[in-house]
Amino acid sequence: MRFKIQRFDPDKDKKPYLQDYVLENVTPGMMLRDALLELKAKDESLTFRHSCGEGVCGSDALNINGTNGLGCLTPVSDLKEPIIVRSVPGMPIVRDLVVDMTQFFHHYRAVKPYLTVTDPMPEVELHQTPEQRDKLDGLYECILCGCCTTSCPSFWWNPDKFRGPAALLQAYRFLADSRDQATDERLQELDGPYRMFRCHTIMNCVNVCPKGLNPTEAIHKIKKMMIKEMV
Amino acid sequence: MNIAQRKFDVLVIGAGGGGLRSALQLSQADAKVAVVSKVFPTRSHTVAAQGGMNAALANVSPDNWHWHMFDTVKGSDYLGDQDAIEYMCRAASHLVYELEHQGVPFSRLDNGKIYQRPFGGQSQNFGGDQAARTCAAADRTGHAILHSLYQQNIRAKTHFFDEFFAIDLIRAEDGMILGALVLEIETGEPLIIEAKTTLLATGGVGQLFRTNTNAHINTGDGLGMALRAGIPLEDMEFFQFHPTGIAGRGMLITEGARGEGGFLVNKDGERFMERYAPHAKDLASRDVVSRAISTEVREGRGCGENADHVMLKLDHLGKEVLSKRLPGISAMVQTFLGFDPAEQAIPVFPTAHYTMGGIPTDRYGQVVVPVEQGEESVQGLYAVGECACVSVHGANRLGGNSLLDIVVFGRAAGNHIIDYLKDNRYHRPLVSDGIDMAMQRLARWDKKGKGESVAKMKDEVQTTMEKYCGVFRTQDVLDEGVKKIMELEQRMADVRLQDHSKIFNTARIEALELENLVDLALATVSSAAARTESRGAHSRIDYPDRNDAHWLKHSLYYKENNRIEYKPVRLKAMTVDTFPPKERVY
Repeated sequence: MRFKIQRFDPDKDKKPYLQDYVLENVTPGMMLRDALLELKAKDESLTFRHSCGEGVCGSDALNINGTNGLGCLTPVSDLKEPIIVRSVPGMPIVRDLVVDMTQFFHHYRAVKPYLTVTDPMPEVELHQTPEQRDKLDGLYECILCGCCTTSCPSFWWNPDKFRGPAALLQAYRFLADSRDQATDERLQELDGPYRMFRCHTIMNCVNVCPKGLNPTEAIHKIKKMMIKEMV
Repeated sequence: MNIAQRKFDVLVIGAGGGGLRSALQLSQADAKVAVVSKVFPTRSHTVAAQGGMNAALANVSPDNWHWHMFDTVKGSDYLGDQDAIEYMCRAASHLVYELEHQGVPFSRLDNGKIYQRPFGGQSQNFGGDQAARTCAAADRTGHAILHSLYQQNIRAKTHFFDEFFAIDLIRAEDGMILGALVLEIETGEPLIIEAKTTLLATGGVGQLFRTNTNAHINTGDGLGMALRAGIPLEDMEFFQFHPTGIAGRGMLITEGARGEGGFLVNKDGERFMERYAPHAKDLASRDVVSRAISTEVREGRGCGENADHVMLKLDHLGKEVLSKRLPGISAMVQTFLGFDPAEQAIPVFPTAHYTMGGIPTDRYGQVVVPVEQGEESVQGLYAVGECACVSVHGANRLGGNSLLDIVVFGRAAGNHIIDYLKDNRYHRPLVSDGIDMAMQRLARWDKKGKGESVAKMKDEVQTTMEKYCGVFRTQDVLDEGVKKIMELEQRMADVRLQDHSKIFNTARIEALELENLVDLALATVSSAAARTESRGAHSRIDYPDRNDAHWLKHSLYYKENNRIEYKPVRLKAMTVDTFPPKERVY
């Protein structure tokens, strides 16, 4: 199986390039992460992030044949050869497939992604009906891999100002939580021309999310909440 | 050499649930806390915990903490320390409520309370009917807890050092811990972090075994650091094999799958657990179920072409239960096996999962070492979570007790450190010896030339451990295992890196991890070879019975001379009567 993999050593290279690799022993069910590990066993300088191998830690977001996805959940047998593996777009490259995620996490922290309750806490759990809890499904499962945000043209144009789909999904995860009491502050934080309203519903985020989540819909629902607030 | 330095009140190494729960307690008390993690915090392995967290909330079945304590003591095969177990089970409900207040999206019952499911080894009324004690957020409970704890730490303004690898503890001559030398992965630069107290929360060492449920990062780095600092490791022979890893691949299928009504069958379609555990059946303790599966396969009743696994049936539960209660494993089976578990049974086999042993601590998280009479704490050093051995899990951990362990003792250690800081206001002066040793560890990998590769050595460690230290053990096989691992240890001197670059050199990190793996392989297989009885997860074919007269004691493995000592089990609880050892049936 043939691969073209992005290489970049900041000490030696002026810019990233694609290196050819051939993998002889492709096993049934092999994921791209398994293949990269096989290649790394022969060339230990090949550098990428990975950990859990089952799509829950969110370490190995990659651009695979032009589309973002997780290495550990992408079967190589589904991919057209040569398999072109690059780092996720729009982020500064640290080395090979590793990017600097600082900006991504900055936006995540900026939406205050934590439950805020101003009332005194009861001595037992806050109650929530199954229906209220259902509203968090499709939101809380985000693994912060960055596939969505780094596939978003609005984020590429305004990476410092537009929060990006991952952070906005998290913003809505708390707006949708029946226990949260910071709705006004959360909506205010997202107001203005850039932070949320740069979303042009291109929906790349939805297409690439490895967990099947829908940031565009979350953004749409935040907008509806804002309009309701204004009326 | 001039090494950059930072100074904090507390250094927390590891950003899983244990580290983050400690850090939160400390940050909220206005201590200056640095959390060092080799991966971004939400990538820590707590994220992969599925089924849930035990607490006797009694939301679903009648329950109380004392029953939970009994189950945990029995589950531990009486090797757990009963004071620590009482403390944990008493604290459990409070900790679950606290997590809920911190934002964890627990699944809910119709009355709005937290959903609880049955898990293995749980009973009402000291061994009676099955209890439903495991609080769950679908089958993503670890993810939900880890993310919430990270989020609350953002709010509390904890200092994070993301993608920094801890090399070694810095130790004063009198044994006091003064901080650690860490390596910034992105730049390849070392950094000294000075701290009045250091807390290890680095997780377990599932990477000891070739097929495991663990993440790539679970290489027991804190355990390795402790050993090198002269601290012994407790009960390393007790390694949990989870009954239901996906056969041949290792991905975990939560015990919650059986809690929701799934069951195991052999090639004849027989529900074989009825023979091994007539009362609890598929919800017996993990060690019992794992042995049962291994026995079925050994005796020729395994499934598949090679008769090397059994099947976990969930197809009778219906799509709704699977999508509501087990969505994560349903998606995983679809991705890795290509079918829907609502339609087809899942091939499973016992898979290396959890390190019961670890750095010996008391129930405040203080690391303790033996002295002539009893034990004393190592000044300035704490450990919590899977890297620690309190010991609440003894010889076998109950499912749902590890998420509990990390938050209970993470919080307890945080509180104890807050008190400690009141009496220890100033940093002790750093000693260069401690730093030099840690720097040597790093410099060793600068050697160039031909040699064996890290990847090959790691593979050999894992295959050796799988072959010589698996579910069923005998003296001959274990002794052979000790010999083989010692040979690998010798060969470590000839391992060389080919990649000597500084920037984000993951090969160097894996070399440092490999050193930890080799030390811990030797600790595990040596402790196992020494214990001539069967207890919990340690099953000796040549010594099939538990032997309380000789072996109701904890092992303490020292790196120096590969030496093993023992210390008594704390049978005395905090306030209630001891549960005396008795025969363990499910």
